[in-house]
Amino acid sequence: MTVGFIMLCHTALHRAEQVARHWAVQGCPVVIHVDRSVSQAGYARMVENLAPFENVRFCARYRCEWGTFSLVEAMQAASAMILREFPKVRHVYAASGSCMPLRPVEELRAYLQERPHTDFIESVTTADVAWTAGGISYERFVLRFPFSWRRQRWLFDRWVDLQRLFAMRRKLPEGIVPHLGSQWWCLTRQTLSAILQDPRRRIYDDYFRYVWIPDESYFQTLARLYSNDIESRSLTLSKFDFQGKPHVFYDDHLQLLRRSDCFVARKIWPRADKLYRHFLLRETGTRPRAEPNPGKIDRLFAKAIEQRTRGRAGLYMQSRFPNPGWENGRTAAPYSVFEGFSELFEDFETWLGKMAGSRVHGHLYAPDRVEFAGGDPVFNGALSASPALRDHNPNAFLTNLTWNTRGERQCFQFGPRDNQEISWLIAGDPNAQVSVITGAWALPLFRANIDFGEKRRAAARLQQIETEHVQVLRSPHVKARVRIWSLADFVAAPMEPLQQVLDEITPRALHRPIVAPRMVDLSGFGQFLQNLRNQGMQPTLMGEFPLNDEPFPALPVRRRPYLVK
Amino acid sequence: MNIIEKYGLRLSRKRARLRAYRKGLQLRSVADRTARIGGRDILAFTTLRNERLRLPYFLNYYRDLGVNHFLMVDNASEDGSREYLAEQPDVSLWSTTGSYKRARFGVDWLNRLQMRHGHGHWCLTVDPDEFLVYPFCDTRPLPALTDWLEASALRSFGAMLLDMYPKGPIDAHPYREGQDPFEIACWFDSGNYTIQRNPRFDNLWIQGGPRARVFFADEPAKAPALNKIPLVKWHRRYAYVSSTHTLLPRGLNHVYDVWGGEKTSGCLLHAKFLHTFVEKSAEELERREHYAGSREYLAYDRALKENPDLWCEWSEKYINWRQLELLGLMSKGNWA
Repeated sequence: MTVGFIMLCHTALHRAEQVARHWAVQGCPVVIHVDRSVSQAGYARMVENLAPFENVRFCARYRCEWGTFSLVEAMQAASAMILREFPKVRHVYAASGSCMPLRPVEELRAYLQERPHTDFIESVTTADVAWTAGGISYERFVLRFPFSWRRQRWLFDRWVDLQRLFAMRRKLPEGIVPHLGSQWWCLTRQTLSAILQDPRRRIYDDYFRYVWIPDESYFQTLARLYSNDIESRSLTLSKFDFQGKPHVFYDDHLQLLRRSDCFVARKIWPRADKLYRHFLLRETGTRPRAEPNPGKIDRLFAKAIEQRTRGRAGLYMQSRFPNPGWENGRTAAPYSVFEGFSELFEDFETWLGKMAGSRVHGHLYAPDRVEFAGGDPVFNGALSASPALRDHNPNAFLTNLTWNTRGERQCFQFGPRDNQEISWLIAGDPNAQVSVITGAWALPLFRANIDFGEKRRAAARLQQIETEHVQVLRSPHVKARVRIWSLADFVAAPMEPLQQVLDEITPRALHRPIVAPRMVDLSGFGQFLQNLRNQGMQPTLMGEFPLNDEPFPALPVRRRPYLVK
Repeated sequence: MNIIEKYGLRLSRKRARLRAYRKGLQLRSVADRTARIGGRDILAFTTLRNERLRLPYFLNYYRDLGVNHFLMVDNASEDGSREYLAEQPDVSLWSTTGSYKRARFGVDWLNRLQMRHGHGHWCLTVDPDEFLVYPFCDTRPLPALTDWLEASALRSFGAMLLDMYPKGPIDAHPYREGQDPFEIACWFDSGNYTIQRNPRFDNLWIQGGPRARVFFADEPAKAPALNKIPLVKWHRRYAYVSSTHTLLPRGLNHVYDVWGGEKTSGCLLHAKFLHTFVEKSAEELERREHYAGSREYLAYDRALKENPDLWCEWSEKYINWRQLELLGLMSKGNWA
């Protein structure tokens, strides 16, 4: 009792020949189907090279095209031949010319010997599979597909549309429940011969002739009729990518393939010399009999598909440039934007750096320079402090910054004096934590040593810019974590909001008492605002400031540490 | 994109091909070994001028990757490049004394050669100072990539230009013939690139790197483009429009994903900043044969007088392709 192989070959015949020889030498009959589109010379050479092996045969040739019944016909022909000519064969293993045995045949033989009546064929109903290509799952069984998907795509699609439009449905032959699965099965003589010699085979064949991709459903469906013991998995390791084409194995997969303990793998790059050398050498080693375990390879390929379809969040590069809304993460990591804080508190950046333990920059979008933490001329990723370079693409500057510093939270100051182009990027970014003290920009203005007329003009301009910015931050499309206080409100009770923001940045530091930052001197600010009003400008963003200076509840806070919990 | 714009692109392509025919007349065959090109060979196309020093390493690098034949245009070299190349068994060489600038920086010449010899082949178009790095290039030869691209129904492969530079003055360590240039120029900028989409040709316009940082910090809009599509399964109707940045038909430029995923891409390591650069930029400034009135070389000349160090604290030292892929400069995509 032994296992026999049927092989479907259409390219890289020299590799198929090597594999066939490998099996034949070890006493396994092989029946080879060579695609009719292979040249006569190539076919003849292969036949000649394998002539010395009496257990290698070639069956009738069909011209095979992907997705059509011709592949089933080829398999039928090869199966019929192997059952007829090699009566000792108990299991028939369907393989392709780009398959490679990973374990010695004795191990496969022993494995099958222990399971003499088991059919290894992946066979699942259409409702349970997610991998059907082209959006056609159950319909492949009830529509007709007379046109080639590869060569006559237009006709194929129109014909499908037409049948859908008129609700044309085929009747399934009696007793059939459509199943799908990998075409690389291993069936027992009993099951396979029952399928091939069924008196109703004509009916089934006529039906499957117009099913789409019947090689994935013919044997998978019919085996359900006759087998008593179906193990619904393939012994061949074969993975498909998101386009529905098989992943290819190369030399660098050698260790992965070795450790997978699968019997056969597909598909091997024909020029992977190292793999062919390694696996086709007859191994005499006695490794423990292990169950196939393709988990590692599964993960590798699943990750590859993930990278191709979802990509890395926050990355913009030559082969990933998402349309708006498709970024799956506009930026790479969470970051915090502080507006008005460095104006209200003395040396706020140093304080924040200490409290939050993250990187705190100054005004990254300041008009005259990029205020990187520590005043560095260059930052992570060789990001330059040149404002011209930054303003060439302000959004890219921020996305680059977060990408380059993944793993370390960035905080920076922002305000109406800065380049405003990133407003929408920040507002729509769930990674952004934006805290705004509106009107705080007036504090430096208040202290500046310039003519009042100039101050008035600057105030009007900055107020307008900040108003627009705040409008953006309050739009319904905002995804950022936004907190907005007016200057007056914030000054009245500064510690609670500060604590909130800090907790969000460093959730683990909850129990640390926070030391209040020093607020700048506000005496006379109320009068300054009144002067602006008197000059005809209406400061609105600061909130209600009293004219006289006394009642600033914030003042005592700076003298003692503020304790939470 | 409406029909008129599409037709405009078609005309651009036709014009590029006509130019290729016309400028192709300037080419004189020095060594034509194209009869040896096999049906599935990978071809490399290059124009050069006075690159004798770099050629041995360049040829060997691509031979090792799996390039089967080199088709090269020598633009009036005076340093023995032509004689050296004419002796190589896998090089077909043409020479011309025509203007590099008027042949649109060599594009017309190469378009002509690609039209004639590239049809049906995977064609790699690189300068002698550009070295292709792609995912798994240390374990899989170039045919593995092209086979996979073909199976995935992809016709073109993007590889961004990555400027490599030494630490210290550019001319501190002279480059020796046959040496790996990245033993000297082994640093690069990892995360200061900006991207814009060009709606007309549907390609990305990438700028940044050390050239933008040091030479174009005040006028970044003028910084050189770094996006390149050097590897194409050629059809005689295709044409490069400006250097290897842009191709027509425009579908070939779509080497990036817009639905959040990553397509497979590589990098062209650019060994421009070796000691030869100082000499070369002085010469190019005189010849004025480069893009946009050689403004790039004007900028270099200005900056080089101060003998700048392109290296900075945040420069990254090159290790291998996996490092570039982790940094997000290139991607494996779904090639695993």
